[in-house]
Amino acid sequence: MSVLLYLIPIALFLGLLGLAAFIWSLKSGQYDDLDGAARRILFDENDEKSDDN
Amino acid sequence: MGQRNISNNTHVSNRLDQGENGYENFVEQNASGENSLSVLVSGVHCAGCIQKIESSLSKEQDIQSVRLNFSTKRLFITWSGVTKRADDFVHTIEKLGYGVSPYAPDKEQEQVKAQVRFLLVCMGVAGFAMGNIMLLSVGLWTSTSAEMGIATRDFMHWISAAIAIPAIMFAGRPFFRSAFKALKAGHTNMDVPISLALILASGMSLYETINHGEHVYFDSSVMLMFFLLIGRYLDYRARGAAHASATELLSTFTGFANVIDGQNTKRILIRDIKEGMNIRIASGEKFPVDGEITEGITTIDTSLVTGETLPKEARSGDKAFAGTMNISAPVTIIVEKAAENSLLADIVRLMEKATQGQAKYVRIADKAAKLYTPVVHSMALIAFLGWWLIGGIGVQESIMIAVTVLIITCPCALGLAVPVVQILATTTMMKKHILVKSGDALERLADIDTALMDKTGTITIGKPVLQPPYDEDVLKIAASLAVHSHHPLSQAIVNAHKGELYNCADVNEIAGQGLQGVWNGKTVRLGSRAWISPAFSDEARDIELWLDIEGSGEAKCFYFKDRLRDDSIEIISKLQSEGINVIMLSGDQESIVKDVAEQCGIKTYYAQISPIEKFNLMEELKAKGHKIMMIGDGLNDAPTLAGADISIAPSTAIDMAQNSADVIFMGDKFSPVYDVYKTAKQTQKLVSQNFILAVMYNMIAIPLAIAGMVTPLIAAIAMSGSSLIVIGNSFRLRLSS
Repeated sequence: MSVLLYLIPIALFLGLLGLAAFIWSLKSGQYDDLDGAARRILFDENDEKSDDN
Repeated sequence: MGQRNISNNTHVSNRLDQGENGYENFVEQNASGENSLSVLVSGVHCAGCIQKIESSLSKEQDIQSVRLNFSTKRLFITWSGVTKRADDFVHTIEKLGYGVSPYAPDKEQEQVKAQVRFLLVCMGVAGFAMGNIMLLSVGLWTSTSAEMGIATRDFMHWISAAIAIPAIMFAGRPFFRSAFKALKAGHTNMDVPISLALILASGMSLYETINHGEHVYFDSSVMLMFFLLIGRYLDYRARGAAHASATELLSTFTGFANVIDGQNTKRILIRDIKEGMNIRIASGEKFPVDGEITEGITTIDTSLVTGETLPKEARSGDKAFAGTMNISAPVTIIVEKAAENSLLADIVRLMEKATQGQAKYVRIADKAAKLYTPVVHSMALIAFLGWWLIGGIGVQESIMIAVTVLIITCPCALGLAVPVVQILATTTMMKKHILVKSGDALERLADIDTALMDKTGTITIGKPVLQPPYDEDVLKIAASLAVHSHHPLSQAIVNAHKGELYNCADVNEIAGQGLQGVWNGKTVRLGSRAWISPAFSDEARDIELWLDIEGSGEAKCFYFKDRLRDDSIEIISKLQSEGINVIMLSGDQESIVKDVAEQCGIKTYYAQISPIEKFNLMEELKAKGHKIMMIGDGLNDAPTLAGADISIAPSTAIDMAQNSADVIFMGDKFSPVYDVYKTAKQTQKLVSQNFILAVMYNMIAIPLAIAGMVTPLIAAIAMSGSSLIVIGNSFRLRLSS
């Protein structure tokens, strides 16, 4: 059973990583304009000024 | 397509001549001297538009960032330097052919957005906690304590506690807050038993963990919280921005007007207009206030306010009302009533009243919650007292049984029953280009027994359409001339003609008369009967336009008619066969209204009635206990739309009508009205089935819990099982449509 001592913290850490990523993406406004994001992938070039927001 | 472009371009150049400015007033400046501006951009409909606007703005000097939100059509610009640059940026966008209007952020909407975001974070945390605790619980469920040893079991319990307790403290806040608020106000709501279950279950489980107990309910309580948060989140989204408040509607008039001050013209905000000012209204511009024309002759499109199909000629001494459109030539008016006293403001006030009346509606989910809360509370109490006093077991064990009752009856399925169906219904409708603004609109729609309909723009297309017979060659000449005008009849001629156009020189629009130009060296005139050939004396047939070509000797006539939507007749009879009483209301003339009513088989109709009369009629019917659906598109319908139980507007309707409507449909067909009614009926059926399922589940689960037979495993299976059944049943909506 001592394997649990490693596996549980690893599982928790990975879960927390996912949670942190989700909260970060939410806070940085990536869920604000879902329709727009779907269309932006069609842009050819990367416009620096409009992307740094 | 060719002729379309021509008319669009002339429209754009008109706007530029006016030189929009004054956006400086809306600029916000932060501490580090950075300016920011939010505006609403209209006409954005594809990726190309986003890129065009963003890239041409970012080429401007000083610009730091540009971001166009496609969902809300809001453009956010930040730049360094002077605030005056705002006008240049707005100019740049307008030059690309998009409309710009000032945007004042709405506090209420921002709050809803923040709440949705908060629920999402809570959901993320609860989901994380649930996943990890389940991971441990599977181990606990599948092996006995003899197999894994008490030390290992306690270890797993402790880890579960370490995840669950902070997670509940964080993600349970939406429920705790609302429960606390309700208790403070001296009543209970659905969140009271939920909060009680969450707190008691985790408290008792912690106690069990400390005392090396066998069963802990951390997994159940976190799972409960996760499911409920999903329901809550969907519910918030389904609710949407039901009715935009009337004050917000007034702010749709946050444009500018040209005030003549001696020799100069000044741009001021519409809300700053005072009585007695002289205001210049360009052609294609809306009158911002009520006033009297002092200079110029023009035609005014009053369809938004009165519902009349055809524009009227207006000259010195005639009145112009706020919200009507100046079509043919610039005029000067002297202001009689400032913006807040205008006819428009009267309509808005009426709407405010109507919207307040709306708030009384109690949603079906709230009704269910009202029944549910006392039942669950008393069940748990009975279980506790029964086991403790009669059953003869310890206090702690009795509390544990009461807690399992609270957990297992908790309304996961109940919380999902309504929002899941409504979200599915609204997205299905969205695919058919019908926008349902709020989930409870579907509830209200399913109950209606009376449908009020506007005529122009609702049952009909709302635009005059050229009627055969006509000569193609003559039409081509007429269209070449007509393309220079915004008059609806000119537009109808342009739309009827397909293909190339001739070049016409020296085209003049003579207000109230028609168009004059030179084609092939000959003078060509297109206009009213009286102007072209006063000699004609025969009876006028409907709406007409005459064309005279110099030297041809004979004037040609075009006839127009506002056309019914292709399927209006069919849809109205379908609605009638569902037992709905259809009534038509119109501001138009008696003869036209009667004609349309007869065609559509509508028995009751009212002609030439004002916006206020429409509203009163609706109120009367409502007072008699009828449930009313209103379909309309104009400013004259707006108060009635806001006051009706449920309102539908076509996407060609003016903003104010769209704002106050619950449902908006696109396209030239009338069938969406019937589709959305059918879907609402179906939704209602599924919602009640879901309730029955949830009740059935509880009828099995509650006796088990009271008998003390529910282990954490059974609780987990029962809760997720019932939720899945409800969700599965809701998805039948997709199958049937």
